Amino acid sequence: MSTPAGDRDPGLQPERTRLAWRRTTLSGTVAAVLAAKAALHTGKGVGLTAVAVSSLLWLGFLALAHLRIHALATAAPGHPPRLTARHAAGATLCTIALAVCAVALLF
Amino acid sequence: MSEFVRNVRLWFAPQEVREEGRTPDYRFSLANERTFLAWLRTALALIGGGFAVDQFLPDLRWAWRVGLALALLGAGVLCSLRAINHWVRCERAMRRGEDLPTSRFPALLSVVIAVVAVVMVVVVLVGWEG
Repeated sequence: MSTPAGDRDPGLQPERTRLAWRRTTLSGTVAAVLAAKAALHTGKGVGLTAVAVSSLLWLGFLALAHLRIHALATAAPGHPPRLTARHAAGATLCTIALAVCAVALLF
Repeated sequence: MSEFVRNVRLWFAPQEVREEGRTPDYRFSLANERTFLAWLRTALALIGGGFAVDQFLPDLRWAWRVGLALALLGAGVLCSLRAINHWVRCERAMRRGEDLPTSRFPALLSVVIAVVAVVMVVVVLVGWEG
């Protein structure tokens, strides 16, 4: 970084980013609840497996979001940790796996 | 295409992203992260829509219902892949001091959503008559 971090107004960037993770977790929760409803409606073994898998995916996303929020909240002012590509890939994979779950439930 | 493969490799290799160019101002990185999350929310909403079509339109013929649900779910998957790919590309462009990448994806997604919405209206109207 070209300027010392102390000279600069840290602003609300880390907080806005934390809230964005919260919003995304909420969207994920809605999708997971819909998944659970669809799966229970099916009522077969596939349905129960889908409920288990989508709950696990939701927990995975929750854990990722929590880690990121915690990292942003506890960082020294002016030095928020950057999002790693692996973290982003994890969140993306949870989303895609939920869609795969949905496709499995369609048939 | 090889550019895409290289980007996919970067998703799982954060240290390689870090080796390139200069570290950008953290505020830009955080803004990029929020954009990524906004796209991920869009993807989750599309996937939720896929579940909803399957659940809340039971009177539709099977083929229509499954077709619409698959279209929404496919859009959701594409959207989340695009989210991370665009994040990596923006991060690299900022490090190298290049212009941010342009993309046709938002326009494409808008058109697809408009088409799905119109199909949905037609299907619901026709479906209830038949």
